Amino acid sequence: MIFRRLIAPIASLVGITLIGIVVFLWNYAWPAMKLNGFHFLVDNNWNLGNLYGNPVVQNGQQIMPGAEYGILFLIAGTLASTALAVLIAVPFGVGSAMFLAEGVPPFLRQWVSFFVELLAAIPSVVFGLWGYVLVIPFLSNHLFPLMVKYLGFIPVFAGPSGSGYGLLTSGLVLSLMIVPLIAATVRDALVSRPIGQREAALALGATRFETLWSVELPGVRRVVIASTILATGRALGETMAVLMVSGNALNYLPTNIYSNISTMAAFIVSQLDGALTDPTGMAIRSLAEVALVLCLISIVVNGAARLLLYFSGSERLEATAWM
Amino acid sequence: MDVTMTEVRAAIIAPGFVSRSRRRIFNSLGWASIAFAFVALSAAMLSILIMVFQRGAGALNFKIFTTTTAGMTGGLINAIVGTAVMSFGGILLAIPPGIAAGIYLSEFRRGYLAPTLRFMSDVLVGVPSIVVGYFCYVTMVVDLGWHFSAAAAAIALAIISLPYITRSTEVALRAVPNTLREAGLGLGANTGTVIMRICLPMALPSIMTGILLALSVSVGETAPLIYTAGWSDYLWSGHLTNEPVGYLTYVIWTAITEPFQGAHALAYAAAFLVTVFVLLISVAARVALSRRSGGSHRG
Repeated sequence: MIFRRLIAPIASLVGITLIGIVVFLWNYAWPAMKLNGFHFLVDNNWNLGNLYGNPVVQNGQQIMPGAEYGILFLIAGTLASTALAVLIAVPFGVGSAMFLAEGVPPFLRQWVSFFVELLAAIPSVVFGLWGYVLVIPFLSNHLFPLMVKYLGFIPVFAGPSGSGYGLLTSGLVLSLMIVPLIAATVRDALVSRPIGQREAALALGATRFETLWSVELPGVRRVVIASTILATGRALGETMAVLMVSGNALNYLPTNIYSNISTMAAFIVSQLDGALTDPTGMAIRSLAEVALVLCLISIVVNGAARLLLYFSGSERLEATAWM
Repeated sequence: MDVTMTEVRAAIIAPGFVSRSRRRIFNSLGWASIAFAFVALSAAMLSILIMVFQRGAGALNFKIFTTTTAGMTGGLINAIVGTAVMSFGGILLAIPPGIAAGIYLSEFRRGYLAPTLRFMSDVLVGVPSIVVGYFCYVTMVVDLGWHFSAAAAAIALAIISLPYITRSTEVALRAVPNTLREAGLGLGANTGTVIMRICLPMALPSIMTGILLALSVSVGETAPLIYTAGWSDYLWSGHLTNEPVGYLTYVIWTAITEPFQGAHALAYAAAFLVTVFVLLISVAARVALSRRSGGSHRG
């Protein structure tokens, strides 16, 4: 009992940190929240104002003349790039999980899976480098013009195809970053399915793929859903890779799938230097508000995924999904 | 069971008659598409590895390890030292609370605290690293007046590593057989002794694996450091606060957008160092894990 009492406060640091993050960000962003109000989320006008003017008072807060902070374009960019990434990552992740579970001989499976899942270990900034150096030139010179030519009849795919930076590029790079998470958890779940149903299906004359598709896959439905939500959470908060390939749009809603965008996470980094030049400090507090919004969104998304996992009782997934 | 035999039969024999050729097409298309998904992923992985190794190895030279950065040319020794100091510092800070939390989650499962902490730890993993960086910026860089510094950066990395160490400690301790705890308690040892002297030493190799993985995450982090470490061209002089520190991932991010070749070489060299370190740790951790489970690991 003594040991338990001794260790409980140290152990609680994990929880205290999480609460502390929200409380301190909230506290720091509070003046910005009073200034921006609800407009923060629905307006499209991030503008530091005239940095050489004299500060004026608005809503009880000192700001530079003409300063406005609205981040609708960031919310749109974040949601669009995340949605695109998840849309690409789920079929690829589930597909390769199926292939790894069923199409690779067992003695090779561990190492082949490891090779693909090693993608998760590559740092975000290296993905950004890869996107910047190899993917962007390839997309802007080869793939995007072709897509405009052959898919241009679909409104969002119509040109101009842009510079290669933008929504689709961010979505592709992001999807590659979250796909190992989906692939690893789904493969794990597929491999640990009870063998009886599989054998029954095969005995009824189903081929291996039919068994995989109509028996095994429906059985891991919940794991697919939960790992997709977890992957969504990760894509929402990815910073460096998106920063390097998104084009960092400002006050600009995407018009087609090639448009430059910016996401909340990337914006926080790209605006730091600019925001520090604001003598009233309101720009940096508004950035804190962006961070707070991002933090709350990710807590909701991750919390939902974890609760789903706890209540679906997939202990195995629970133990590995954090990796 | 989620799927009953009737459903299995219904799915396979399908409503009505399915022609043999339609089944054949379905099967080959199915295999082709899942194989394509796998090949596409492997190709992307290979492409990244080839880029990093080819261009990175070409950019490496002796000067990288001996001189400091000067306006995005020169060497990387300041960044290498900075990354090492901040990552190891972060891990060292995260180990005590991480292991304590892991012990609590595994050994004191009854009550409200353990499930709550487990949930919070799992949510903390999902909090974007840039948000953690901003939190440390607000609290340490601004409020405590530490400015950009190694201490603020190490604490940011510690927060990021904390849930990894917590959960790997928990999983490792859970794998210790209960009979050992019962034997210890039966011999008259108290709970603390049993955990510290029996369970923890047995779980130590797995905990080390988790710590190594957390270290590899720390080494690869960029976003939180931009807000806490800043950047410096000079070698870290040993001050914990009020001195910006260089780190490798910053070089990758900034040098590649410079218009000249020397800066690009520096970016590739930094990417090579970071990636090789991270991959070595991951491979070592996987080898250690598969050896411990006696090769019976089905995954």
